[in-house]
Parts: sequence; C-alpha cells; structure tokens
Amino acid sequence: MLRILRQIAKTGMRTEAPPAPADEMAKAARLQADVLRTLGRALAIRQVDAGSCNGCELEIHALGNPYYNIEGMGIRFVASPRHADMLLVTGPVSKHMAIALRRTYDATPEPKLVVAVGDCGCTGGIFGESYATLGRVSSVIPVDAEVPGCPPTPTALLQGILAAITARVAVAGDGESATPPPT
Amino acid sequence: MDFSRLGLSAATLASAVPAVRVPVGSGQLVPACRVAHEQGAHLVALWASDERDRVGGTLVRVALQDASGLAVLEVAVPDLPDARYGDVSAVFPAAARMQRAAFDLVGVASEADDQRPWAWMASWPIDRYPLRRDFEASPKWEPGQEDYEFVRVAGDGVHEIPVGPVHAGIIEPGHFRFQIVGEKVLRLEERLCYTHKGIEKRFESMALADGCRLAGRVSGDSTVAYAWAYSQALEALAGLAVPPRALWLRALALERERIANHLGDLGYLGNDGGFAFGLAQFSRLREEVVRTNLAAFGHRLMMDLVVPGGVARDLDRDHAAAMVDEAKRVAAEVATLRGIYDEHDGLQDRFRTCGRVTPELAARLGLVGMAARASGQARDLRCDFAAAPWDALAVRKAGATGGDVAARVAVRFDELAESLRLVRSIVDHLPEGDVRTPVPDVPPHRLGLGYVEGWRGPVLVALEAGPGGTIRRCHPHDPSWANWPVLEHAVIGNIVPDFPLINKSFNLSYSGQDL
Repeated sequence: MLRILRQIAKTGMRTEAPPAPADEMAKAARLQADVLRTLGRALAIRQVDAGSCNGCELEIHALGNPYYNIEGMGIRFVASPRHADMLLVTGPVSKHMAIALRRTYDATPEPKLVVAVGDCGCTGGIFGESYATLGRVSSVIPVDAEVPGCPPTPTALLQGILAAITARVAVAGDGESATPPPT
Repeated sequence: MDFSRLGLSAATLASAVPAVRVPVGSGQLVPACRVAHEQGAHLVALWASDERDRVGGTLVRVALQDASGLAVLEVAVPDLPDARYGDVSAVFPAAARMQRAAFDLVGVASEADDQRPWAWMASWPIDRYPLRRDFEASPKWEPGQEDYEFVRVAGDGVHEIPVGPVHAGIIEPGHFRFQIVGEKVLRLEERLCYTHKGIEKRFESMALADGCRLAGRVSGDSTVAYAWAYSQALEALAGLAVPPRALWLRALALERERIANHLGDLGYLGNDGGFAFGLAQFSRLREEVVRTNLAAFGHRLMMDLVVPGGVARDLDRDHAAAMVDEAKRVAAEVATLRGIYDEHDGLQDRFRTCGRVTPELAARLGLVGMAARASGQARDLRCDFAAAPWDALAVRKAGATGGDVAARVAVRFDELAESLRLVRSIVDHLPEGDVRTPVPDVPPHRLGLGYVEGWRGPVLVALEAGPGGTIRRCHPHDPSWANWPVLEHAVIGNIVPDFPLINKSFNLSYSGQDL
C-alpha cells in the first residue's frame, strides 16, 4: 500500500503539467474549459466501432489517460446507447455492422448527437465503398460533426466533440429546440 | 520440413525467413500436413486464390512453420462443382475458420464437416465469391441478417448469454455466445467478421507501392508490424537489400509499438482486475511514449513510417537521445509498477489460475505469439530466425508455462523490459547511411512472403504481383486467427465476470481476423 501511495505522490497531477508538445496541452486545457462552459453538465458518450482498424479506438482510449483526463471534464463513456447523449462512431461502416449501427442509433434517446471519427468514418478512407463496406458513417445514420485524421489525435477528438455540442447549443439558442437535454 | 517420404519436392520462395513452396496433389495435402505435424510444425495460415485464368482452378495455400522455416503447401482445386480439398483442420484445428472463410471469399470448399459461413454474413448473395476475379458487386445488395447456427448446450439450469456485436467498452465489434450454468461458463462460441471490409479485394485495386498503406491499416495497433511484413514481401520479390539504417529504424519502431501496446494492456488488465491505479499509471506512460513517436516520426502510432525500400523518415540525434532517456525512465517506472502488481493480493487473486491454457492445449490448438510464450511455446521470430538487425541485438525470449492471465501479464512485463532495453541498444548502435532505396519492378505471378513478430504475434503477408506494378493477390494474416479459437477454451470453467479480464490478457484483433 505504501508503495502505491508513494507512486501516486511521485506521479503527481499530470493533467495540469505541461509536457511536450506544449502547444498540444495548451489546446487541450482550452478545450477542457470550453467543454465545461458549453455543456455545464456531464456528457455521456457511447462509442461504436462500425468497422474500424482499431487505430481510432486507441486514440479514443487515450482520451481517458491522465493527460487528457476526459472524465475530469465531465465526459464519460457509457456501456449502453440508452445511457448516451452522443455516439462516437468509427468506420468505414462495414455492411456486417450496418444493422447493428442503425439499431444502436435507434436505441439512443433524443436529443442525440453523432460524431463520425477518422478518415474512414468521414469519407470511407482507404477502404472506400465496396461489396463489404458502405463507407462514411453518414451513409447509414445522420452525423452532426466529423473528425478527420488517420487516426485523429485525442485533441482533435475533443475538438470534434465540442464542435458537435456547440452546434447543438447554437441551434437550441435559435429557439428551434428550446427544451434542454435531459440531465 | 522434409516431405521427401511423400515424394514431394520443394522450391525456394522469395521470403524474409527461410521458406519453400511445396506443390501437392489433391490427395497429398492432409498427409503432407501430418508429416509436417510429426516434425513439430504448426499452422501459420491458410488462404485461397482464384487462379482459373492461369491454372484452371483455385489454389489453396497452407503455410506451416517449424524450426527450419516456412513451408507453403500448394494444392490446385479444379473448377468443378463437387471439387474439394482435404480438411487441414483434422491435423491443425486452427485451420477450421480459415477454410470456412476461404469458401465464403473464393468459393473453394474443404472436406470439413463444419461448412457454416464465416466471412459471409448475408451482405452479398451466398453464391457469389468476392475474391473471384469475375466478381462484381451490385449496389442492390443490402446488408442482411444471417441465421447463424450456434452450438447450444442443453440441460438443467443451462442458459445462454448473447453479447455483441456492439460491446460495452471501447473495443472492436464481435459476437460472443456464452452457454452458462449459474455464473460458470460451459461453452463460449465466437462469431466474428463483423468488421469485414473487403481488405483483400481492395488490395487488388492498388499499386504494389501503395499496398503498404493498406497493410498498415489491417490492424491499427500493429501498423508497424504489417507495414514491415508487406514491405518484406515486396522487397523479397524484388530481390532488394534495404539499407541497414532503415532495418534498424524499423526494428526501433516495432519495439516501440510493442512497448505502447504492452503498456496500454497492462493498464487495462489492472483496471479489469479492479485496480484503477494501474490504468492511470500505465496509460500515462503509454501517452508519453506515443508523444515521443509523434515528435520523432510525425505520427503517434507510426503509421506509414515503414515503406517498401526503407522508412519514410530518418531519426535525428535529439529524438534518438530523447528515446534513450525515455527508455531508462519508463523501465524504472515499470519495474516499480511490476512490484506493486506482484504484491497486490486482490489483483493476483484475479490473475492467477484465471483463463488457463496449458502448454499441452496450446500446442494442440496451435496458439501463437505472446500468448503462446505464456503457455510454454517458446517461439519468437526475432530469436528463431534472427535476420538483421535482430542477429546483432540478441533478443531475450520471454516465456512462462502457467498459461493463465498471470502468465500473460508476466510475459508482457518481461517483453516490455526487453523492448525498452532494445530501444536503447538500437539507438546506441544505429548504423549511418540512407534510410530508403528505390524499389525496382518485380516479376508478376510469383509469391513473396513477409513475416514479422508483432507485439501480438507473428504477422504474415503473402503477396503476388500482377503485370505493370499491380497487386494480383495479397493475403495479410493476423496471429489472432490462430488465437481466437483458443480463447474459447481458455474461458471454459471460468465465471462470466472474468471474461473481460481473460479476453484482455490475449487482446486479439477483430479487424485483423475479419479482413
């Protein structure tokens, strides 16, 4: 137990430390503030791999590490689409996953946001469209924001998540959807 | 491997490790497999190619490995409705799913009893075979739903838990069907191929030089291993010697990929054992390592760094020095964390005896890679076929015999420490010189092999060029093909809540298997 405590004390708070590359962390800190200001509450995300190579998943995982500390921003990944405000979908959407993706979307309560992740999620990427894939996520379900990259960096992912939220808040501000999302 | 007792002759193949091609008659395939099995060989891969335009039928290839290298058995199956090839899974059980996939994709059937689809999931007509050269996809084909025949267990109190394809965590999709009594698993059956995205067909529309990018996206966590294996295959066909500095930089990248993956998994293994501290610590270290990759090579996962002919980017002195410092620091931290893991009773209670694969079972089922080394199968391409630069690095092979989660954790810790040592050694001895050389044209219709010990296990790329710099056929083969069926055995008798821990201890690739 002592060793554990010693390791924790030695490690310190990495979330606020400015490790290299420094501008990347500065961006992350700004984003963190933006997410909290815009959202003002917890955001529950359900991640769906609809056919990816697993590269995007590695970077989505990285969002949880102490450097990005996504949970500290009030964003968490949930186990069911029924608990989610947002779907974070990687592609290309394989035909074998198309039905499961659509069902996951249908199971997510309104209002819901969808962020398409990675070059494959945005355009089909290197795999394109074929007998086996439908390509971009938006060919299967409506998409609110896209995050290109192969794979996108954790910072780019945070920006994409924020872009989707601010777009929705802006729409709500126009009076089109005055009801705040359930908390 | 010696097949002379069957009167078979072998021809040398263009390959990164010693390899031969052994043409066999239709009745000789299974006997040849038995002869190889008696000599200690295990199955590496089985795949098929539509060669009706060249030899009037389908070529089925079976890659086997023993201490002497690779042997690729090659059987021509005539283009007749009832033509079958021998059931390789009778000798090498791991062949079963590969044979089923070969039927779905190329339309060539084995004599095995289990003829259920594997790669096919009702998204194209069942009598169309995507890897046939005259295959044309129709925009009218909608994703469909198959009625897969899972094997059921009957009896008092037995029930079934279906899980997936969309899982609770941030992981790849696949379906697991548990037959359980109480909380104990009687049987697990996997249904994979949900991420089948037509990778092999896609290769055939690409130029040889561009195929490397696709190979690097077969399984994103092993992008260096795949890109290197693809490059090896192409360079073997071209008879090309890669500059020494490029080989050393590839090894550096491969070890850094191993380090990042083991760091990530050791964190999640702690987390799945109820020890969130482990995840916070290891995910922090992993992030630091991938940031160094970004700074040195321009990409956190090092995608597209390895290219045919060398590497796309040289390593400068500053980043080389940073990698040495980092390796020392991370090694010290990992040693501390290993002490904490080892002494944590709660964690060890979850790890020990959990998800056990005995050495006997591992040998019988053909387990490969890191998981095999934790079950007494001491094979590692970096040691067993130590071509440059491995011959100068004297890689220490990790190993354990327990075969449980604890053994796989121990092997990962050992390999992590060794890879951190290798990073320092590689940087210290990095030869000077060019890092890339042009790739000459390669002759069509010859088979070239690349074979690289990725972090999960050996990655094989079998490549055949077409005329004018095109790809005629490329089969990338993930070690997960062999290991997924063994996972089904590893969970028998364990409780359902231990499945995530057991699964993570193998951490197999879905995308790499589904293709």
